[in-house]
Amino acid sequence: MNRSLILGGSLSLLMVVAALVSFFWTPFDHAAMNIPAKLQPPNAVHWFGTDHFGRDMFSMIMVGARTSIAVAFVAVGIGIGLGVPLGLWAAARQGGWVDEIIMRCNDLIFAFPSLVIAILITAIFGAGAVNAIIAIGIFNIPVFARVTRGAALPIWSREFIMAARVAGKGRARISVEHILPNVANLLIVQATIQFSLAILAEAALSYVGLGAQPPTPSWGRMLADAQTLVSIAPHMALVPGFAIIITVLGLNLLGDGLRDALDPRLRVSGI
Amino acid sequence: MLRYALKRLASLFVSLAIASLVIFAVIEVAPGDPASFMLGINAQEDTLAALRAELGLDQSKVQRYLAWVGGMVQGDFGTSYQYRTPVAQMIGDRLWVSLPLALYALALSTVIAFPAGIFAASRRGRAGDIGVMGATQIGVAIPNFWFAMMLVLVFAINLRWFSAGGFAGWDEGAFAAMKSLTLPAIALALPQAAILARVMRSALLDVLGEDFIRTARAKGLTRGQALRRHGLRNAMIPVLTILGLQFSFLLAGGIIIEQVFYLPGLGRLVFQSISARDLIVVESVTMLLVFAVIVVNFAVDLAYAAVDPRLRART
Repeated sequence: MNRSLILGGSLSLLMVVAALVSFFWTPFDHAAMNIPAKLQPPNAVHWFGTDHFGRDMFSMIMVGARTSIAVAFVAVGIGIGLGVPLGLWAAARQGGWVDEIIMRCNDLIFAFPSLVIAILITAIFGAGAVNAIIAIGIFNIPVFARVTRGAALPIWSREFIMAARVAGKGRARISVEHILPNVANLLIVQATIQFSLAILAEAALSYVGLGAQPPTPSWGRMLADAQTLVSIAPHMALVPGFAIIITVLGLNLLGDGLRDALDPRLRVSGI
Repeated sequence: MLRYALKRLASLFVSLAIASLVIFAVIEVAPGDPASFMLGINAQEDTLAALRAELGLDQSKVQRYLAWVGGMVQGDFGTSYQYRTPVAQMIGDRLWVSLPLALYALALSTVIAFPAGIFAASRRGRAGDIGVMGATQIGVAIPNFWFAMMLVLVFAINLRWFSAGGFAGWDEGAFAAMKSLTLPAIALALPQAAILARVMRSALLDVLGEDFIRTARAKGLTRGQALRRHGLRNAMIPVLTILGLQFSFLLAGGIIIEQVFYLPGLGRLVFQSISARDLIVVESVTMLLVFAVIVVNFAVDLAYAAVDPRLRART
């Protein structure tokens, strides 16, 4: 076991557990306002302090983890669900017109400044978690298509694929039965990286008011609330900021660790 | 080389054409009528019709698309529904904030990342390397708008070295203008610098394993000399790609940072225009950003092909 894997795994797990526990327990009701107790710094009662409405920040962070993880999970799911089949298809028809069209479309999506388009989508179709998911998910499709195609191409020239073709299996069946299991490791690593990027993107969209809408707590919105109060209540910005950093850092370390664990060759080169 | 350049140029135009269609289509399905937004809910139907005709909204979709694209090619981006001023002029004014901000951030990112990456590569596996790589892991994980708030808290509110937001304007002199862009540029540059440093390090490590480095060492060059004379130049190809990508990211990524610092750049223009349903502005700014990204990528591709002839043959 390597250190990145353990540290990254624990940090990621911490957030997932916080999100899951929040379904049946939080120290306080995350939406309950308590104006007399507003803007309290972290203390024994309110572990992460309170916000400008006196809401308990610890509870908000726990419920916010739910929003972040749910948005990122579905957005990455869209990327995998559409990107991987496209990548497999392109690799199966390497050099053909299907491959050409899929890869050109990919290049095009890559050329779009993702944040601008995400803002455009959420602004036009309405701010909210679902549109944020779609906006983030679209940009995950070409990432997975490209990674899948790149990893699948060299496998197509291997002997066991030749054997499968001789045995009479079609391209689609070979893709699912032989290519997919061989690129799965790479996809898992890529998924962790995209997951962390999706969490950052969700936070940015929520921060500008285009992500999850109140009363659904989200880390990005908490930061937006904190902006005007940062001089009198710095903890309002520090707490959600650290939550985002710890989650993203954890996922990135987990991705690095998984890559090393799943591909022993990299351990030697130490990159 | 010429054939490669022409081929890439053709695909550049195809990409631009498709991009413009996509943006136009997205804006078309947007709910809300700009004319009724401008005149309010009590407007008379004939007044609305007259305004729609004036704005060209009564024409067919195809006509409007062609007019929009045709205008842009000639530098005419249309007229803002909200301010009744030419969009090209509005964009031009805002570019004087967004473009210097992106360049400033790119310069900062390079200045931080190059030495950090080279340092880490030259001390591979030792404490210095682990320290730099750990720092870059955290740098990548920090949301830039949060970092921006922290910079404001420390350097504007507590230390009072910089203003917390707003733009001094170029009329106040270059120093004042650059000063008001400094915190935003640092906030934008930090995560990019972390990525760039990691790329720089791994590109250098790849190159350092090559035979020509061993030859250079065998000739009597020290590790540092071999790295500087032969390693750096060869490691630049992946680094250049990332730099190209980063510039377009910084130009677009400034949108959120401009919100934090209340900078009158393209980002704020987009947000204000979205909320006022000033679609022609949103359309044109988005197209301009996509154009910038596509052209920068094109330039990077050409730069590569000039540096590395192998790439010409491959595509």
